[in-house]
Amino acid sequence: MTQTLVDEMSFEDAMRELEQVVSDLERGDVALELSIKLYERGAELKKRCETKLKEAEEKVAAITIDSSGKLGMKPVEGL
Amino acid sequence: MNDLIDDPEIGLNDPEFSVSEISVAIKRIIEGEFSHVRIKGEIGRVSFPRSGHLYLDLKDNKSVISAVIWNAGASRLQIWPEEGLEVVATGRITTFGGQSKYQLVVEDIKPAGVGALMAMLEKRKAMLAAEGLFDETHKKSIPYLPEIIGVITSPSGAVIRDILHRLRDRFPSKVLIWPVAVQGDKCALDVAAAIAGFNALTIGGAVPRPDLLIVARGGGSLEDLWGFNEEIVARATAASDIPLISAVGHESDTTLIDFVSDKRAPTPTAAAELAVPVRHELLAWAETQSVRIRRAMSNHLITRLQRLQDLGRVLPKPDALFIYERQKLDHTSERLPAALVALVQKQKMNIYDVSGTLHASFVRSKVDSAASCYGLIEPRLKSALDRSVNLRKTELKRLSSRLVPRLVDRKVNDGKEAFKQAAKSLSTASNQYVASLKDRLTGLQRLRETLGYKATLNRGYTVVRSGDGVITTTKEAKSAEVLEIEFSDGRLSVLGKSKATKKSATPSLDQGSLF
Repeated sequence: MTQTLVDEMSFEDAMRELEQVVSDLERGDVALELSIKLYERGAELKKRCETKLKEAEEKVAAITIDSSGKLGMKPVEGL
Repeated sequence: MNDLIDDPEIGLNDPEFSVSEISVAIKRIIEGEFSHVRIKGEIGRVSFPRSGHLYLDLKDNKSVISAVIWNAGASRLQIWPEEGLEVVATGRITTFGGQSKYQLVVEDIKPAGVGALMAMLEKRKAMLAAEGLFDETHKKSIPYLPEIIGVITSPSGAVIRDILHRLRDRFPSKVLIWPVAVQGDKCALDVAAAIAGFNALTIGGAVPRPDLLIVARGGGSLEDLWGFNEEIVARATAASDIPLISAVGHESDTTLIDFVSDKRAPTPTAAAELAVPVRHELLAWAETQSVRIRRAMSNHLITRLQRLQDLGRVLPKPDALFIYERQKLDHTSERLPAALVALVQKQKMNIYDVSGTLHASFVRSKVDSAASCYGLIEPRLKSALDRSVNLRKTELKRLSSRLVPRLVDRKVNDGKEAFKQAAKSLSTASNQYVASLKDRLTGLQRLRETLGYKATLNRGYTVVRSGDGVITTTKEAKSAEVLEIEFSDGRLSVLGKSKATKKSATPSLDQGSLF
């Protein structure tokens, strides 16, 4: 089990590991100590997933290119 | 008129032109005659000098005509001239007197029908496929939940709206739009530049680099969508490090970019669906995982608890562990009193063996023999004494006649004293011997009583007797005419004639039945 800091994980990584944790735990042949660790890890991962899901917000901008070819952004609204 | 001109050579009277005059004349005729022509032919060699003008050859199986597209016209072209493409070029023929050349100045160039365009597309496709641009191994996976989505499309119109709407419904996301022309000759260049431009951005920079690109355009004619069939677009797409979803035209339209992109969406809306998951489904999923974890954990604990209980049940009870030892102890302790009794019995027998020889008569005979011995010795002692006295009297008489009486008297007195002393010590020795025998007899009698069966009677045992005999077996008891039970305080007749109770002082040696 990788002990990556859960708070730095991408949603996808957290999701994948959470699924692994769940299937490990459901396999039933894990030692009790490990199952407790898995349980705690699973709770952290689930929290991370939910955080990532809840912090999602829409932000739309368009690329602008000035005369010197420099890139910029301007917000887009009303689409 | 012929007579007036004295010139034998035919044609000598034709007007003469200077080179420039004829060039101008040709120019006037050609440009006048071909000021607007449509020429169908295959594009041959194409060159793009820095000037921005575009030079190309139009050819068929016999002839070639040079053509030029001035840079002002080049930007209006619907398709990008490409070698091998069958086209219909519209324009005018101009001549270039300086080099004795003529060329077609192209104002518009169109594919010579859809068939020609498709044939060219197939050729291009085959070439790119041979280069491996369509290989599945080159395709990158689409991120499950992109942080920033770069959308390359027209900033106005239904396409971007459809994409944003669908993203909003599924998973509100950060979107960067790179505005491009989605048709016309600029389209291919714009799209290729946008793809390269997004890839050139740095992650977390002032303009952040997206982790997913969508190239989108609504439906249109083959010509409208042609920009997405261009090789530069296909190559830019293949070169993109950022995963790219193509969504050009309607479901039935397939453009070259669709072969190269990492994922092809049938419509812009579908591209949004491929780009992001549905948030509420994921929230539900996360909740499900949480429930599954809790359930699995509780199953773990229940299983273990059950196993513990099962094991506890099969674990032998502490009592059961010692049950055989306990039984052995019980048996042994049951046998202990009997063994003790048997031991006492055995010791008793030994005492009987020893005390059997110890009878009063035996003691008495010892005393008697000692007494008779004494009786025998006593008269002899007296007569011996008398004899000795007489002997000494005689001797005295014999000697007194010649001895002074005083001397004799003293001797007599001495003799008398010695006699008394001897008689006294004899008596003392005899008395002491008799007394010691009596003490020993008394001791033995006490020992006998202590060890006798009478004491046993006091502890609750009884002796069954028939007459003077002792009954030790049921057989004997059945055949006995008289039965008496001896208790510690006397005898009780239970069968036959009662006999006077009498304390027996002589127990039988055979008393095994008592135990």
